[in-house]
Amino acid sequence: MRKMDKITIAHGNGGKETQQLLQRYLFSKLPEELKRTPGGVGIDYPDDGALVSNLVISTDSHTVNPYFFPGGSIGKLAVSGTLNDVIMMGGRPTAILDSIIVSEGFPLPSLDKIIDDMISVLREYKIPLIGGDFKVIPSDSMKGIVINTVGLGISKRPIVDKIRPGDSIIVTGPIGTHGAVIAALQYGIGTSLESDAKPLMKLLDLFEKFDQDIHAARDPTRGGLAATLNEWAQLSGEMIVVEEKKIPVLEEVKSISSMTGIDPLSLASEGVGVIALPSEKENEVLEELNKLGFTPAVIGRVLNPKDIENNSLVILRTLAGGTRILEMPVGDIVPRIC
Amino acid sequence: MDLPKEIEILFRENSELAKKLSEEISKLTPKVIEKTGLERIKIMNFCGTHEWTTTHYGIRSLMPEEVELIAGPGCPVCVTPSSDIKNMIKLAMDGYVVYTFGDAYKLPTVSHYKEGIGSLASAKASGADVRIVYSFVDAIEDAKTHGKPSVFFGLGFETTAPSYAVLFKKEVIPKNLMFYSSLKLTAPAAIYAIKIHKMSKRSPVSGVIGPGHVSTIVGSKGWDFFPEEFGIPAVVSGFEPVDILTAVLTILKDLYTGKAKLTDLEYKRVVTRDGNIYAQDAVREIFRTTDTIWRGIGNIPNSGLDLRDPFKEFNAKLQLNIKENPWDYDLPPGCKCNEVTLGTAYPTDCPLFMKACTPSRPWGPCMVSLEGSCAVWARFGSSQRVLNLMKEVRE
Repeated sequence: MRKMDKITIAHGNGGKETQQLLQRYLFSKLPEELKRTPGGVGIDYPDDGALVSNLVISTDSHTVNPYFFPGGSIGKLAVSGTLNDVIMMGGRPTAILDSIIVSEGFPLPSLDKIIDDMISVLREYKIPLIGGDFKVIPSDSMKGIVINTVGLGISKRPIVDKIRPGDSIIVTGPIGTHGAVIAALQYGIGTSLESDAKPLMKLLDLFEKFDQDIHAARDPTRGGLAATLNEWAQLSGEMIVVEEKKIPVLEEVKSISSMTGIDPLSLASEGVGVIALPSEKENEVLEELNKLGFTPAVIGRVLNPKDIENNSLVILRTLAGGTRILEMPVGDIVPRIC
Repeated sequence: MDLPKEIEILFRENSELAKKLSEEISKLTPKVIEKTGLERIKIMNFCGTHEWTTTHYGIRSLMPEEVELIAGPGCPVCVTPSSDIKNMIKLAMDGYVVYTFGDAYKLPTVSHYKEGIGSLASAKASGADVRIVYSFVDAIEDAKTHGKPSVFFGLGFETTAPSYAVLFKKEVIPKNLMFYSSLKLTAPAAIYAIKIHKMSKRSPVSGVIGPGHVSTIVGSKGWDFFPEEFGIPAVVSGFEPVDILTAVLTILKDLYTGKAKLTDLEYKRVVTRDGNIYAQDAVREIFRTTDTIWRGIGNIPNSGLDLRDPFKEFNAKLQLNIKENPWDYDLPPGCKCNEVTLGTAYPTDCPLFMKACTPSRPWGPCMVSLEGSCAVWARFGSSQRVLNLMKEVRE
């Protein structure tokens, strides 16, 4: 640690810097037995949440600028994001808790609307809000609003991410849409695009039907598809090969991405699942996803690398037919200047 | 018909054409080697965006082993000397409003101006008034509103210079705004890089991919000196994968026939042979060429631009009596940015790459700018490793 070291925005990008920071300042300080309950999934396992016997628990703090965006608000995001984390571990959500922190001077009508948005998702999926906290911070120490939510769910067979050679990687719809909407708003680019933020409740039917076959499931939020695939590759030591031309990305997301220089593969999705399952089951699962109203695509597969040097890598076959390493996102996401 | 979309599909998503081009490249390469006696065919680009395309689309993995694509000086931020940044920091700390582009804002000096202040960003954190702008126009608009003594940090290549020149021509610059020129010219640095490769024991540069953006201004004829003086084929290329592959194939064909006399123009949809005459005239009218310092490299004669005498009232260096000292080596210890800039080293050859030097905490200038080769490689993966990887994924 250098004397002048400070937290930078990049430490919160959900990519390499976040991983390194948590490893160094949190995970390494915890004794092994305090990282998880016996037999459970704990803090240093990069999955969507924790597991205590068959109880899935997930927590997430939500900040987004602006609070209201086409297709949702921080309220909708805070609820659906946490529900998705529970769902992606195979848990059927039973309840959530919230904790809202606002700065002094925050407009009450905005808070009213944000809470309405939270409640409208809860009503739609009949999820009780069973507890919470509310705090106000002086305006000189914080701006805006942060919403933390905790999700609880019960799982008959939890999905603890572990990809295997021979798996196919499926995405349930076009990726990067939420991230592109926010990037467009922040950089003042006009767009008719709407965020994809929504709970992926329907995926639970799929998970229950194919329970033995789902080797991994994740919603690629912060850090995007690139972060999710890299975490899977690192966890398993296997190599993932994805085909760029098979990855569904909306045209408008592509154009926002080329204007800002942000790779769509590192843009967040808030209503898309990534699933790994044996390739023999690929067609059945695709059919089921189509029935459930998704627009799924098989984007790649998992290989056992011949050369040990290539363990834990994600490889992208590009649109031009070339090959490159799809890195864990690094740095803060800023537009290119020229 | 959505024309931009059609063009995109044609040049970006055209994997069939890309495959054909790379097959042609693979077929022609041994013939070129046999005919020319070259061991390797080294092709250099001079534009950060070309390096981006090459890396982002994995173009190196489509090349035969003997064809090597390298990046030359193509990032204006990476070559802005430490002394210029220090001068800007001093002005900011002395109370001037300093306008800068975002990339240069984070650029570190080699030694601190004073404890804890080693970039315009840290100057701002210490209370100086440093403002990030997207263009000179933004700085002009803003300086007019407050009237405080201000300086614009004018860096860039031939592409950016006309946007400054036109505003001086139109006489729209307020009296309180001065201009600090750190403008650089691509051609003298390109010649410098080519000569370095020729002199060293490394294999010489056999072909050049001319910068597409710079060429919109200077025209493809601006690179005729490559075939004429150095006998090296040059192709001005666009920025999609098919553009780069076509440029490589054209260079190989030129090497094979040995007949190239002028620069080839692949990027015909944007660039002309003569370039933008109005912009060229505007730059000539406002700026004169000067010797200038390139970071990590030193002084390159006639490779910079500064304001001509009639505009001296706006020239920050003259008005504020800023002395240009002789160049002192200005890279941080261990940093190989100079070799990376000249194409004599890959980013992965630098011991600091992705260890002490990362995009979130850059140590050297090539990691600071998103156009810098190190930053491009950091985001899109080392291009050298993919050659080994191809063996794994080949069907």
